[in-house]
Amino acid sequence: MKISIDEVEYVANLARLELNEVEAAAMAGQLAQILSYVDKLNELDTSKVEPTTHAISITNAFRDDELRDSLDQEKALANSPRQNGEAFVVPRVI
Amino acid sequence: MELNSLTIHQLQEMLAKGEVSSVEITESVLTRIDQVESKVGAYITLDRDNALAQAAEADKQQAFTAARPLAGIPLALKDVVCTEGLRTTSGSKILESFIPPYDATLVTKLKEAGAIILGKLSMDEFAMGSANENCAFGVPHNPWALDHVCGGSSGGSAAAVAADECIASIGSDTGGSIRLPASHCGVVGVKPTYGRVSRYGLIAYASSLDQLGPLTKDVRDAALMLKTISGYDRLDSTSLNLPVPDYVAALDQGVRGMKVGIPKEYFEEGLAPEVEAAVRNTISILEKAGAEIIEVSLPHTSYGVAAYYVIAPAEASSNLARYDGVRFGHRTKDPETLVEMYKKSKSEGFGEEVKRRIMIGTYVLSAGYYDAYYKKALQVRTLIVNDFKAAFAKCDIMVSPVSPSPAWRIGEKDDDPLSVYLSDILTISANLSGVPGLSLPCGFSNEGLPIGLQIQAAHFGEEKLFQAASCLEQELGLAGRKPTAI
Repeated sequence: MKISIDEVEYVANLARLELNEVEAAAMAGQLAQILSYVDKLNELDTSKVEPTTHAISITNAFRDDELRDSLDQEKALANSPRQNGEAFVVPRVI
Repeated sequence: MELNSLTIHQLQEMLAKGEVSSVEITESVLTRIDQVESKVGAYITLDRDNALAQAAEADKQQAFTAARPLAGIPLALKDVVCTEGLRTTSGSKILESFIPPYDATLVTKLKEAGAIILGKLSMDEFAMGSANENCAFGVPHNPWALDHVCGGSSGGSAAAVAADECIASIGSDTGGSIRLPASHCGVVGVKPTYGRVSRYGLIAYASSLDQLGPLTKDVRDAALMLKTISGYDRLDSTSLNLPVPDYVAALDQGVRGMKVGIPKEYFEEGLAPEVEAAVRNTISILEKAGAEIIEVSLPHTSYGVAAYYVIAPAEASSNLARYDGVRFGHRTKDPETLVEMYKKSKSEGFGEEVKRRIMIGTYVLSAGYYDAYYKKALQVRTLIVNDFKAAFAKCDIMVSPVSPSPAWRIGEKDDDPLSVYLSDILTISANLSGVPGLSLPCGFSNEGLPIGLQIQAAHFGEEKLFQAASCLEQELGLAGRKPTAI
């Protein structure tokens, strides 16, 4: 299996990562190696097998809709790299 | 005998009799840290003054009863659980200055039990690794041989316990991250059943696999710790609302009549001869102690690593999307656009292995590949779950090695991520199937490196793990052996 630099760049953009040329080349080789190994899964016929997302699955973990305390604004904002006391500040979107 | 070298239950008895104070114990551990930490590198953040203040408070309260076995005992935490007011990095530059505004539920439980929190321990960045070689704040060194890895991703948690830099610790296990370092550092480590321990406040790696658990100097301490941290939590919708057994009561019961399964695939290839010999020895001990030994089969074992390295990166690529520089963590300097801010913040903050797993995860979830990789891996996961169900229909526990080989030299596998991934082959299936697993020291290699035995049980079968482990621990007589390299 081969992964091209274009594919690496496409996936990196989806993941919102920026790789330089050296990193992208190394990543192409490593992804190809790992995905080739993963191809081992195709040795198994799973056409009649249901997927498992959780080994112990709980459906609908409901709770009563009660009012409870949550983080106050000051604490919630305290770790932000930029905030104005009321909200997180980010570069202009529109 | 230094206080720092003792176990939780030994110190608890001494505290209850008034023979020592929590401050004396904590000072002893801090002195030990001063002596050996420059060689071991187990800690990312040490909370010295606060630990001493907590110890003084515990001494003032004098609530050292057997019902509160952790009261006054200094513990340390893998830097993956949130501690209010105490920096929590997950081993990553991206969280270098993150100070959580709340405690993880596990931390709340430990504090309520009276435990002293010494600080935060080294780990692979975002728990991604099998050797603790991927930490942004340095690589911890194995206390048994300083040029060797500790195992990962909870390497600091295992090294700190082995080196008496804490009395016991907490780690997290997504594909073997408690059991592997416990095995390589010669301590006891337990990955509980999925859903046994709340993950609220655990920094997520792969949410369908992550579980928190204890690393300790002996089996009794592991039972005490697990009892304290287990149980339902309304803040974790995957935690199970089941009663928590008294794990300590499972100790010293012997193994007469217990059915011990030997999964033949775990002994098939690539096992170091000294690892196999040490594990075979424990099997004969169990047999002599009255257990019935039977061969069982987990036919899809060799597919576990491949399924895991699709599922875990896929979940990670989603979980780690939150480190975008908006609400917490690193933000790039003066970004002009939002997308530039996301890309540069992540790329500057994440290390190589984290980027690699995000890339794998994004690739397998991307359009056109989802069915071929992600769905396929989930189907193979079903086959692995079924293997375990069939095996546990025939036996109470399964025993095997934890790792195919003892710890390797630091840097030895730097250019070969796949070979590191393959070292998880014997631990990964427990996470995929959700069963509990325990690592128990069972011998040493010719080089003097510890070898671990893995004991697995069916869902919520932790008592059987403790029952078998306590029997073996007594027969092996290895508890209390201390590393010679420091």
